[in-house]
Amino acid sequence: MRLELRGITKRFGALVANDHIDLVVEPGEIHCLLGENGAGKSTLMNVLYGLYTADEGEIVLDGQVQRFAGPGDAMAAGIGMVHQHFMLVPVFTVAENVMLGHEHTRGGGRLDLEAARTQVREIAARFGFHVDPDAVVEDLPVGVQQRVEIIKSLARDADVLVFDEPTAVLTPQETDELMGIMRQLRDEGAAIVFITHKLREVREVADRITVVRHGRVVGEASPTATDAELASLMVGRAVELTVHKDAPVLRDNALEVSGLVVTSPDGQVMVDDVSFEVRGGEVLAIAGVQGNGQTELTEALLGLQEDVAGSIRLDGNELVGRSVRQVLDAGVGFVPEDRNHDGLVGEFSIAENLMLDRSDGPPFVRRGALQLGERDRFAHEKVAEFDVRTQGIDTKVGRLSGGNQQKVVLARELSRDLRLLVAAQPTRGVDVGSIEFIHKRIVATRDAGVPVIVVSTELDEAVALADRIMVMYRGSVVGIVPSTTPRDVLGLMMAGIAPEGEAA
Amino acid sequence: MTAQAVDPAPGAPAPDAPVEHRTVETVSSKAPVILAVLTGLLALLLVAAHHPGDVRFALGSSHDFFEIPVIVVPGPVVAWGGVVVMAALTAVAFVLTSALRRHVPAWVTVPFAVVGLVAFLAWAGAGSPRDLSITGLISGAIALSIPIVYGALGGVIGERAGVVNIAIEAQLLLAAFTSALVGSITRSPWAGLVAAMLAGVLVALVLGVFAITYRVNQVIVGVVLNVLVIGITSFLYSQLLVPNAQALNTTPRFPRVGIPLLERIPVIGPAVFNQTVVVYLMFVVTAAVWFGLYRTRWGLRVRAVGEHPKAADTVGIKVNATRYRALLMAGAVAGIGGAFYTVVSIGQFGREMTAGAGFIALAAVIFGKWDPLRAAFAGLLFGFASNLQSILSVVGAPVPSQFMLMLPYVITLLAVAGLVGRSRGPAASGVAYEKE
Repeated sequence: MRLELRGITKRFGALVANDHIDLVVEPGEIHCLLGENGAGKSTLMNVLYGLYTADEGEIVLDGQVQRFAGPGDAMAAGIGMVHQHFMLVPVFTVAENVMLGHEHTRGGGRLDLEAARTQVREIAARFGFHVDPDAVVEDLPVGVQQRVEIIKSLARDADVLVFDEPTAVLTPQETDELMGIMRQLRDEGAAIVFITHKLREVREVADRITVVRHGRVVGEASPTATDAELASLMVGRAVELTVHKDAPVLRDNALEVSGLVVTSPDGQVMVDDVSFEVRGGEVLAIAGVQGNGQTELTEALLGLQEDVAGSIRLDGNELVGRSVRQVLDAGVGFVPEDRNHDGLVGEFSIAENLMLDRSDGPPFVRRGALQLGERDRFAHEKVAEFDVRTQGIDTKVGRLSGGNQQKVVLARELSRDLRLLVAAQPTRGVDVGSIEFIHKRIVATRDAGVPVIVVSTELDEAVALADRIMVMYRGSVVGIVPSTTPRDVLGLMMAGIAPEGEAA
Repeated sequence: MTAQAVDPAPGAPAPDAPVEHRTVETVSSKAPVILAVLTGLLALLLVAAHHPGDVRFALGSSHDFFEIPVIVVPGPVVAWGGVVVMAALTAVAFVLTSALRRHVPAWVTVPFAVVGLVAFLAWAGAGSPRDLSITGLISGAIALSIPIVYGALGGVIGERAGVVNIAIEAQLLLAAFTSALVGSITRSPWAGLVAAMLAGVLVALVLGVFAITYRVNQVIVGVVLNVLVIGITSFLYSQLLVPNAQALNTTPRFPRVGIPLLERIPVIGPAVFNQTVVVYLMFVVTAAVWFGLYRTRWGLRVRAVGEHPKAADTVGIKVNATRYRALLMAGAVAGIGGAFYTVVSIGQFGREMTAGAGFIALAAVIFGKWDPLRAAFAGLLFGFASNLQSILSVVGAPVPSQFMLMLPYVITLLAVAGLVGRSRGPAASGVAYEKE
């Protein structure tokens, strides 16, 4: 089916998320929609899928103008979507998720689960998946959950398939397999829209590329374009894609973790006998697929986990068993992986967020009273230093873009006298311009002699920042390797296979 | 960033395998501690309020296929025997959790509960000239559990669809009032029952308008509804029903209908198979709600909008319409429970006569982990606790009546706080759905 979007415009109040966007996707092609976070890609696809109603413009399928009142209409017209945040009911089985909304029933409205199971098995077999129709979705790894999303669309005979940032949660191997599936779907004649901001994937799989910036189509590119060309088209200026850093100068101060075991309340060993050392002046990147213990490890470092055994020594002082306050006072800076959840109070101003972890005494609090002058002076200074793009220090943090929010977190954490910096997913949901800045500040912190731990599920980022890379799998350390290790070796390590000559 | 192409890695494991972390068994020692405390409390009771004499357990009735004679045993002996067995079972539980690191199994807790109950009854009934009728205990428990079970089923449906219903109490009370009024006017308990269902639907509709359409905090709407209905019914009761008690507040009741043969089974026959039609309906509705939720298209969609409304929306399910339908249906079910007070139990309405049964039903929803069968079972348990109180006052147990009145609530509190364990409700329960 041929999909055509003509002059789609979508406004949210004063913000124009999509400004007269035209897009044509032919059957049998993979059309990449490339743009930064917040460029308006997802808004456009939500319009296509009937979740939003466009203010102007029309959706045309095979020459027919469509009117979608809701996702049900879009689906009936043959549009399927693999959402960035999976639209699966976690406690349902695969078959139940696939049948939901168009259930086969027998007499009396009884569910015909067997029909749904058969359908799941048929589609899975066609693409060589291994999906158990009776598995409960929340027990499946994200890669398989994504396949369930794909099966869901195919079960409704979708001819146009939209993949919204599908690789954000996948290992490199899973990403490759997804690319294979997309090619297979294309060869069967489906029209595929692939939304992403990752340049490497675009060049690998796209037949055509449309670049979106600030809600507008800014150009088409050929799959043979270089990364630098695509990036500058996407950002609107020349971007430096590599992180410049000198060889590390190791100091004596260090974080030593030995035999660390973190157990969750339901008895799962999330961090399983982990030992490593980070010296002052080096960056240790922790790589691995999301959910392999990285979150629990970083939280244990800060004292946020309940059940922790083993030892965490910073400059010789034991941190296990200390309160979060004591850990902070020991000089640990922490950039949490979900800044909106753990790092910032969205309804507080920038100035308030910047002093959030120092509300217990001078200079910001004296005799129980906030020192507003001191707070504002500090905020002005940090906003300037960290290039936070905002109307003023009284702006609520929740209103900032992801990149500027992350700069506020970083400004707060780096403004203390640090003995250790732990940055979890420092550039997740951050625009390319801010990524450059954040990476520079992290490298600067390392060069100042602070041990730095960076947790990233994006292998590119881990490789770019790290002096050494530690790969975690199922809570254990697969290996600690130099940052020059080839990507395919790292990819295998992320799947739990230790490189030769390296003990798991 | 580097940009090498990724070589397809040979020998990589299928990424289909879930991320499995090693697990260690974490066994909470809460259960054995609770058992120990209960054993200790009972022993303390026996020492502090020694109460000699025989206790007469009546197990049969003249109607049965065969008659079981009244069992007469010395109360203190049986009670102390029970304490010894309970202590032994507690010790077993401690060994299981601490040494073998296992959870306390049902073959410990169930006998513990039964023995504990018998011991308690033996103590309470000792020295009383009256028979302690086990059949009456069960029969009354079922009757008293009616409003709780129906209320809990209504609560389960609502929460499964994503609407927290604190207003079960309001539904029961308004339904009790309406069925008394309509039953009295029409002289038909059936009409009263239908009116009760409509009253439950009415409360559900108000809740739905605020909670679903206007996205007001559901707990607050529910609480306000409870207070509002107490006010309305109390006002109408004193202004309308009291002056016209004969015409407006004297409803005919459902008669007991025995099921042939089954009602003559000793002990449980008269208790279970000689009840009103509302009780039989309760078993049918419980089974129907279970079947509906887990085996039909309707149920799949209800559970989907209660767990992940956006996912339901993206497959073309109308979230708010589904929630409304479920909530109104839940209102009708809860309404049947309210009818119990008037067209089943005493034939007339009284001010605030539901006395918190709606909140106990709410507790049954949580105790039953949002499952209709478990919630109904929890309702029966709470009904049993209520009835235990009345039976004990009949045999003249040496406990101040005020303490006896607390019993059902204490048992509810213990059950919900101590024995539920970790339970997870529908993920989107209490959260209004808003399209962006």
